[in-house]
Amino acid sequence: MDDLYRELILDRYKNPRMRGTLDPHDISYEDDNPLCGDHLRIDLRLDAEGRIHEAAFSGEGCAISQASADLLTESIVGKSLEEVRKLGKEDILEMLGIELSPVRLKCALLSLKVLKAGAYGLAEAKDLD
Amino acid sequence: MNPRSVAPAPLDWQAIREQFPILDQEVRPGVRLVYLDSAATSQKPAAVIEAMDHFYRKTNANIHRAVHHLAEEATAEYEQARKRVADFIGAEQPQEIIFTRNTTESINLVMQTWAKANLHSGDTILLTEMEHHSNIVPWQMLASERGLKLEFVPVTEQGQLDYPSLERLLEEKRPGLVALTQMSNVLGTINPVEEIARKAHQAGALVLVDGAQSVPHMAVNVRSLDADFLAFSGHKMCGPTGIGVLYAKRALLEAMPPFLGGGEMIRRVHLRGFEPNEVPHKFEAGTPAIAEAIGLRAAIDFLESVGMGAVHSHEQEIEAYALDRLSEIPGLRVYGPPAEARGGVTSFSMKSAHPHDVAQVLDRYGLAVRAGHHCAMPLHERYGLAATTRASFYLYNTREEVDRLIEALGKVNELFA
Repeated sequence: MDDLYRELILDRYKNPRMRGTLDPHDISYEDDNPLCGDHLRIDLRLDAEGRIHEAAFSGEGCAISQASADLLTESIVGKSLEEVRKLGKEDILEMLGIELSPVRLKCALLSLKVLKAGAYGLAEAKDLD
Repeated sequence: MNPRSVAPAPLDWQAIREQFPILDQEVRPGVRLVYLDSAATSQKPAAVIEAMDHFYRKTNANIHRAVHHLAEEATAEYEQARKRVADFIGAEQPQEIIFTRNTTESINLVMQTWAKANLHSGDTILLTEMEHHSNIVPWQMLASERGLKLEFVPVTEQGQLDYPSLERLLEEKRPGLVALTQMSNVLGTINPVEEIARKAHQAGALVLVDGAQSVPHMAVNVRSLDADFLAFSGHKMCGPTGIGVLYAKRALLEAMPPFLGGGEMIRRVHLRGFEPNEVPHKFEAGTPAIAEAIGLRAAIDFLESVGMGAVHSHEQEIEAYALDRLSEIPGLRVYGPPAEARGGVTSFSMKSAHPHDVAQVLDRYGLAVRAGHHCAMPLHERYGLAATTRASFYLYNTREEVDRLIEALGKVNELFA
């Protein structure tokens, strides 16, 4: 079982580095993909300059959605909210390193949608629907 | 000359399977297709494909009020298809068969015509927790528009209707309509519709049966059931997409106002108004899916040559074998009743992996299953699930295919557990 379930994804799914909740947090947002039952919440703590100091995700769902959330939250620590704003679909795909059908793409993009909606509001995240 | 459906002696399941050209393929090099998604749509035997092809090659014309030869032929074929459907489900007369696009449209037709004319603010419609969205949403739309109340018969942990609740709801709520599925597209549960209909009629309700999953898989007789309405789809019973059926008792159809307005459904049109046509044409506006009706007729011919009793028992045998083998898989739970109380629909969850991942891995091994809520979100909510993986069987599936399913599920556990 190569391509889709490459080691990276299975590893992040079974052994996530960033799973948890932050209390207190500066930003927290959650959303789900009701068609398949992926649910994600992302918490962020910012430093004095508005850069992401800590990040965590919680929720449940398929391997693609959870691995994507783990990789994404790990990658944004130290980034500013402005840099987060620039992230797009291509960044997620590059991060995961796989090709995805439209159905599974939604699973992968849920984490980015939650992140952007939390950081900037739903309008920013609309193109990820 | 019409190609006839060629069906061998009912017990030669391999020969029956070979009638389905699509099944003979590899989905990727060296990986043969195992199609376990018939609850979503069925595959089609060559006879159905050829019947539609023949129609377009030899007989195609618009129907009704036909004078020229092709139009006469096409009309005869279309009306023969109607009669074939009537006979297939035991309707008293072909006028009780309305061709629609699918089950969903059939149920919406009842909602827009019979229900709007006969149910009033404060009236109750009784449904069940295991219904497909097509037999929930139209009623929700009507309830919200007209101030009706919806009640739902609960589903037990074993996947059966809660009969004491059903009786209590009938007695206390006095619904004007009871609408329920004859076979659940998630749990496979076969509901005793004949008995439920009797109780519903005693309580003063009419009965609408969602036959989308049952009509393709078992013998259904509308007069035995005493159903007031029966809805089903061609594409789930070896027929083409784009054709469905609404059966309704003649007296009901006579009293119901028209559904869609336009050509064919009128007797006369003036600038100031129109007179609707007689039943069933009153409910068939515009040019219908003529080739598809002919395809459906060929599908019925094919199914009857096998025999619906044989279709049902073959499927139950496969289902029993599947349930037995599925119990070998650690961490796998199947939802619904035991084999004898269900058809070949098998929804399950696995501890190790999410339904999407299960379906993805199974696809790698050539197996076509479905992951999600299967248009039954309330039912999934009842079990505390967002989604399940569903394998569904039909007359062309084999024990060997069940073995391949089990093998692939083992791989899911290897990968994810």
